[in-house]
Amino acid sequence: MPITYTSKEQVEVYRFSVPAAILIPLVAVFFQAFIPLKLHFFSIFDLPLLVVIFFAVARRSQISGMLTGAAIGILQDALTPSSPIGVYGIANTIVGYGASSLGVKLDVENAGSRFLVTLVFYFAHEIVYFAVARGMVGLTLHWSWIHELGSALANAVLAVALFAVLDRFKQRT
Amino acid sequence: MENLISRYRNVTILAALLFGQVVGLAMQVKRSSENQSTRLIRIWAVDAVTPLEKGIVHLQTGASNLWHNYFYLRGVRQENRDLKLKIQQLEIERARLNEDAEQAHRLQALLGFQEQFIQMTLPAQVIGSSGSEQSRSIYIDKGSRDGIKPDMAVITADGIVGKVLRVFRTTAQVLLINDQTSGVGAILEKSRLQGVLRGTAGGEVMLEKVMSDETVQPGEQVITSGGDQIFPKGLPVGTVTKVSPGQELFLNIRVKPLADLNRLDEVLVITQEEEREPVVADGTHLRAADILAQRLPSVPEKPPGASTVPPPTSGLKILPPPAGAPSQPTIGPKPIGPSPQATTTTAKAAPQSAAAQNSPTTTSLKPAPPAVKPSAHAPMKKLPPPDQTTPDVKPATEPALEPSAPVTAEPSPPQDQPH
Repeated sequence: MPITYTSKEQVEVYRFSVPAAILIPLVAVFFQAFIPLKLHFFSIFDLPLLVVIFFAVARRSQISGMLTGAAIGILQDALTPSSPIGVYGIANTIVGYGASSLGVKLDVENAGSRFLVTLVFYFAHEIVYFAVARGMVGLTLHWSWIHELGSALANAVLAVALFAVLDRFKQRT
Repeated sequence: MENLISRYRNVTILAALLFGQVVGLAMQVKRSSENQSTRLIRIWAVDAVTPLEKGIVHLQTGASNLWHNYFYLRGVRQENRDLKLKIQQLEIERARLNEDAEQAHRLQALLGFQEQFIQMTLPAQVIGSSGSEQSRSIYIDKGSRDGIKPDMAVITADGIVGKVLRVFRTTAQVLLINDQTSGVGAILEKSRLQGVLRGTAGGEVMLEKVMSDETVQPGEQVITSGGDQIFPKGLPVGTVTKVSPGQELFLNIRVKPLADLNRLDEVLVITQEEEREPVVADGTHLRAADILAQRLPSVPEKPPGASTVPPPTSGLKILPPPAGAPSQPTIGPKPIGPSPQATTTTAKAAPQSAAAQNSPTTTSLKPAPPAVKPSAHAPMKKLPPPDQTTPDVKPATEPALEPSAPVTAEPSPPQDQPH
């Protein structure tokens, strides 16, 4: 398995230009809102979540990861009418923190590790989202293991391709 | 203490971030009405995302229109012919339905019912969605600048779509009927059972609050009941696809919406409704048989100046009409079927009605009283023109079939314009 423990010195830390850091999440949210109108099945993907994971893992900074997650999550919440602002925000904050914490310790630069990391964090995101939405907000959500598993796999596959594209925006520190 | 915080700085920030969002959530949940405190965040988010969506949708629409309206015109002539034929058939069908509608109006007037009319609609382009599986909503490219207000009904030609939830300056958010937080007053068309239409977490539409001892058949149509004060009564909603016993005393009725909620391109926002007592037209309408008669071959009209009264055949003396009496032909063979007045009106109104159909659609959908006086019988062939002094005959300057003829609850065409 390509996941390997590395020391902090061995791990590459990347940064992104300001336009990339702003536009990539915005474009992800835009695609998430626009593409399902034309291709309805696209709603099983969660592009903003994938961007959160990518930034968190690449920057390897917990603060940066959770702030990125919170910002993107709140942006998603703002576009979602039936949920109050903060549901996606909390879930993405936790994912950002977790992914960046993992990125500090593991080499997640190859396709296999990215697939597994996305699979795990997608589930983590859904669990937190459902817990907050049902427990705190009182939304009636339907949990289906099959659906969640299918979505997680689909997002993990997409993540491998998407991260390869987003790698072009990385800048070495 | 400082050392402790700096040592666990990341975890502290995480806890602070989560705590802040949890407090924010709790405040929003407590204020269950419109979340004014978060409105600014939503406005910023919408302003950040929708311009790009609008741009792409307009670019796409422009390219599509250019291709379909200027280059790809194959089969348009044939389609035009087919559509003209269909218009003729629909015209006859409409006249037949008008008779039923008139009868319903008379009954409603007798009972003092109020009617709701869609008076004005505004076409809007769908430019985005919430992008979440848990929330079913769309964004349209019309906002408060165009007169959109919260709680306006949104429909398509097929059926209802949802209601306006939030309005921004140039865009608005529409909550679809399959969202789990939506609710629509609905009624089963045949059995007249009332219920509440709700969305589910999976994006399906269910009709709730129908008692389990009632009989509901799959295939039955569901229409709006008007009880929610948002959708006018009688708009098509969907078809019952599955009926099963539910919890407690109610049935689980699954409804397939007639409007394809997953592929919405253009919608109509009902910006103005009117509620009033039905106006009973005094039996004035053009019947299907009248329209058919116009299309049948007929006896050519007599040249001008010819006597309008047929020559007596029985040796009876022709007497002038008494003073004050309508100047109808009093003798001569009585035509079988229509009265001369009705025949004349119909014959003269025909080209007018065709012209009226070709004219732009009026912005109002409220029913207008038909201009034609009642025809007692359907004319099956054209008769000689009667005396032009007949008082009952309306001048032929008014169309017989007004474009704004009674429309009970049909979605209005997209040509309608706002104020």
